Amino acid sequence: MIEGILIGLTTALTLQNILMVMLGCFFGTIIGMLPGLGPMTAIALMIPITYGFDPATGLILMAGVYYGAVFGGSTSSILLNAPGVPGTVATSFDGYPMAQQGKAGKALAIAAWSSFAGGTLSAIYLLFMAPSLSKVSLSFRSPDYFALMILGLTAIAAFSSKGQFLKAMMMVVLGLMLASVGQDSLSDITRFTFNNMNLTDGISFVLVVMATFAMSEALTIILKRNDPTSAAKQVSLTELGSIKINKEERTKMYKTIPRSSVIGFLIGVLPGAGATIASFLAYGMERNIVNDDEKEKFGKGSVNGLSAPETANNAACSGSFVPMLTLGIPGSGTTAVMLGALLGFGVQPGPRLYMTNPEIFWSIIMSMYIGMVILLILNLPLIPYIARILAVPKNYLIPLILFFSITGIYVMSFNNFDIYLMIGIAVVATFMRLYDFPMPPLILAFVLGGLMEENLRRSLLLSNGSWEFLWDRTLTLCILLTTILIVVWHFYKTIIKK
Amino acid sequence: MNINTTKVISLLFFIFSAFYLYTAYQIQVFAFDENAPFNARTFPIYLGYAGLFFSGLKLILPDPNTIKVNHKTLEYKKTLILIVIAIIYGATILKVGYFLTTSLFLFSSYYFLGERRWVLMFLLSFPFVAAFMYLLHGVLDIYLRDPFLQSMGVMG
Repeated sequence: MIEGILIGLTTALTLQNILMVMLGCFFGTIIGMLPGLGPMTAIALMIPITYGFDPATGLILMAGVYYGAVFGGSTSSILLNAPGVPGTVATSFDGYPMAQQGKAGKALAIAAWSSFAGGTLSAIYLLFMAPSLSKVSLSFRSPDYFALMILGLTAIAAFSSKGQFLKAMMMVVLGLMLASVGQDSLSDITRFTFNNMNLTDGISFVLVVMATFAMSEALTIILKRNDPTSAAKQVSLTELGSIKINKEERTKMYKTIPRSSVIGFLIGVLPGAGATIASFLAYGMERNIVNDDEKEKFGKGSVNGLSAPETANNAACSGSFVPMLTLGIPGSGTTAVMLGALLGFGVQPGPRLYMTNPEIFWSIIMSMYIGMVILLILNLPLIPYIARILAVPKNYLIPLILFFSITGIYVMSFNNFDIYLMIGIAVVATFMRLYDFPMPPLILAFVLGGLMEENLRRSLLLSNGSWEFLWDRTLTLCILLTTILIVVWHFYKTIIKK
Repeated sequence: MNINTTKVISLLFFIFSAFYLYTAYQIQVFAFDENAPFNARTFPIYLGYAGLFFSGLKLILPDPNTIKVNHKTLEYKKTLILIVIAIIYGATILKVGYFLTTSLFLFSSYYFLGERRWVLMFLLSFPFVAAFMYLLHGVLDIYLRDPFLQSMGVMG
């Protein structure tokens, strides 16, 4: 292995490859901040460029773009409450409130350091555990995935604010209902389209997330403009852009980062699970672990609440490379695009990759780490300037957020209907937010809806319609028992408090 | 009578779930799939019942954390104007083109939100959209439909 690491370092540390990682991180950050353009699009845009290089250099460029785009997505989540990709939705729960309190620079710095630490730790895990973890990931079957999704959805509802469990569960169901619109993935039968061709392909994630987060946030700000309780706090530009993290905040991060990186990495290793579930689970777990005082701060700008999902989503990004490199199974949409690029280079990922092409296998792993370092060096000095977006007066910022959201949908579909649908969902979401109906459970459910149905379908078909699959396998049973424990714990805590 | 709006929303959700469930039962599946352990309508049916269950519970159980919203302080007029402008923007973007509609959308939104610094309003609409368009269309090669600029020969 030492020999492999040295081969990787020698390849990754050439001047050309370092330049590629830098360029990748820079362009990835910019593309990730744009509406509707996530890591997958960023990498897809880079594929034609990479074919001019050798495979290792091409993949190093793509790894840089990947991490850059994930960080760019976190930036728009924190500053504008506009997560362009599912993996950064949980970042906005505490990142956006923190930015609203005039600590945008600090929020971005916490996100950058957490991403860096999460990525670093997961690169170490990847280094030592990649081959053995690939076997573990294969042991996950459909019932386990289904149970894991139930756990994710119940956890987000159970960890929502006090007295909101039922509201959160209603939003979970609504998210799953929205995800069920369109063609059934297996039979192609259209559902809930009401003969409208525009709904045949279903509702896009970007549409739902822009409507429920960015657009409804913009409308809520205008709606509550005269509300004395929500008057904006005036902050100086220096405070807004300050990236200083004090000792107390650092101590909190030291505790959060290791545990969130483990969760992120392990979830990332599972094919199909990815950064979204990882970030939500890490957020939920962190909320459950911290003391009651800290728990109250969740959703209002908690350092732990921001650090946990940021660490986990970056750790999951590295984790998702495990099944891709060792088994040839992409763990996420983004790694699927990278797999396509690898095949284009004539490289066949699989268990023999690090025997047949050790320079590619190890240089990707090494360049991931170098990418993290470069991303941090490039982005930290820029944070004070990026954070000043929030100093833009509301009269300008609100129309720009609306423009940002509508453009995101427009470039994806060139369809008026999608814009109307987005405005409609945003109006409903704004009204529901007034009455404290939480939006994060809806988004997570929407993202997981398709996967959940797919895994339930497989499980029920394999068990011939019997629900015994829920307790047939020890792993499935353990995950379900954890779910039950979380719900029972939530009600126990609520009753004790009363 | 003071109506608890959260309960009203729950009632609406209950009705919506009932409608969803009814529609789920109407989904046409293939004849050979009719008695299969899982078909296109199975998951939606479970979802319909789950919606009825949770909203029903919310309706029945007491609500200790009643949310009170002071409607008198809410800016309904400006919000409504902004929504109408967004709808008009959505309706014209394909026919007129991205550049002109987006610029006008931004300019009019600034105006209706109370802004009167005309130069800044202009700079943050027309030149801003032009620069953004250049980034998307020119640099990233993302197609943007714009019949207006095409008719003027600015865009190919």
